[in-house]
Amino acid sequence: MPRWVRAALWAGLAFLWLPVALLVAYAFSGDSVPFRWGGFSLRWFLALAANDRLLEAAWLSLRVAAGAASLAVLLGGATGWVLARHGPFAGRAVLGALAGAPLVLPEVVTGLSLLLFFVALESAFGWPAGRGALTVLLAHATLGSAYVAVVVQSRLASRDRDLEEAALDLGATPATAFLTITLPLMAPSLVAGWLLAFTLSLDDVVLASFTSGPAGTTLPVALFSMLRLGMTPEVNALATLMLGAAALTLAAVGLLLRRRA
Amino acid sequence: MRIALRLLPGLWLALLVAAPLVLVGIMALSWQAEGVPPYAPPWAGEGINPENLRLLTEDPHYRDALAQSLVTAGGTALLCLLLAAPMGIAIARAGRWREALLGAVLLPFWTGFLIRIGAWIGLLRDEGWINTLLRGLGLTDHPLPLLYSDGAMLLGMVHAYLPFAVLPVFAAATRLDPVLEQAAADLGATPGRAFLTVTLPQLLPSLAAAFLLVFIPAAGEYVIPELLGPPDATLVGRVLFQEFFQNRDWPVAAALAVALLALLILPIILFQRLGQDP
Repeated sequence: MPRWVRAALWAGLAFLWLPVALLVAYAFSGDSVPFRWGGFSLRWFLALAANDRLLEAAWLSLRVAAGAASLAVLLGGATGWVLARHGPFAGRAVLGALAGAPLVLPEVVTGLSLLLFFVALESAFGWPAGRGALTVLLAHATLGSAYVAVVVQSRLASRDRDLEEAALDLGATPATAFLTITLPLMAPSLVAGWLLAFTLSLDDVVLASFTSGPAGTTLPVALFSMLRLGMTPEVNALATLMLGAAALTLAAVGLLLRRRA
Repeated sequence: MRIALRLLPGLWLALLVAAPLVLVGIMALSWQAEGVPPYAPPWAGEGINPENLRLLTEDPHYRDALAQSLVTAGGTALLCLLLAAPMGIAIARAGRWREALLGAVLLPFWTGFLIRIGAWIGLLRDEGWINTLLRGLGLTDHPLPLLYSDGAMLLGMVHAYLPFAVLPVFAAATRLDPVLEQAAADLGATPGRAFLTVTLPQLLPSLAAAFLLVFIPAAGEYVIPELLGPPDATLVGRVLFQEFFQNRDWPVAAALAVALLALLILPIILFQRLGQDP
């Protein structure tokens, strides 16, 4: 391996992490200009704690993300299982293509299509009445379920069916075999898929912009409109908190999975 | 029972993936109209509207937006590839550090891309970190206009998409047989030559996959050009947002979506082919 290959790795890592490291460091600066050092201070975290609009958006985002991730695990899990374990059946190719579509469609296309769908539903059935948290949740669940389906399908594809068939041979009903063998096999991929869908939802601006009304401002949408006006030290503090939360969650999940393995 | 279980995901996908896409197609052929929602479908009396799709090929505003998006996405994907290829290979060969390094590349994905874009705003703006540093060193007395430029946009795009490009290269590089490179060395090749003539050709499919994995979402990117790019960077994602939210011209926005899909359909099919035969 030539030496420049390793040099490129370090350059790439520095490129990925330096801006983030600076952002975290300056979140603790007392100066009212972001990225200018004004002595150690927690004033921007305190300002954040007093910002009701952002707190409300954050709380809404967490609820939407949790709901979307759970729905995504249910539907994406079922999709992945059907694709991995039902063998060839009529319509399998169509199902596979539809399941993968949200992964490759540009966000703006998915967002626009879902909005048009909700508008059409409303004018036909009166539901959903207006757009807000519920429509954002459904949009995020749709995107998330595509990711869950991929993760679940590849997990099941890497385990052969011997165990399930043995259970059926020994007299288990298909339902028992599914609950005691297949589901535990799928479990790690369901956890990973839930986290993935949760993160996608917490990070999404485009789908939420299309499918939320004035009532459904999620945290990324609020953050986006703040960033549009430029960076403030408050955003530094918010970003630092979000980074900390993500790192803690990942560490906790990592520990949990290691203990179980 | 098994058929019922197949129907559940099928129904969900038909409703929330297929039907919405069909609606985009119908909207692209509709007429803009006063009212809520602000359009008249082809069956409302005026028939199919041929204007929207024609506009995209004839009006330079839309045509350039589509072209500029493809160029920007291509540039982003190329730059990502130049960094991701050596990164993926180096991580695959890092021995016991492999997992930690892969984590360091993927962690930004879990921390939200808006935060990283925000960091770049703080670095690049007129009173930002880089300009303050340059002035402190006496290299310039006017702040350089770094933010809201094509360069800032490209930087942010590469930063956001780089982890996606590293993954396929890493996965392919872990499957390489190191014996081949050793054989090349034994036969007198320098490390650089062995890398270029033996290692790199074996990675070509994964490099193509990495390119497309960045190119496809980057072509429709809206947030990064909006936050970091110049005001006149008319990329298709931005124009689509403008038409939809500001001009309330839903049919033209839908036509833009259809055009974007038409341009991306080949890369998407190519990408799925690459995924099937590892």
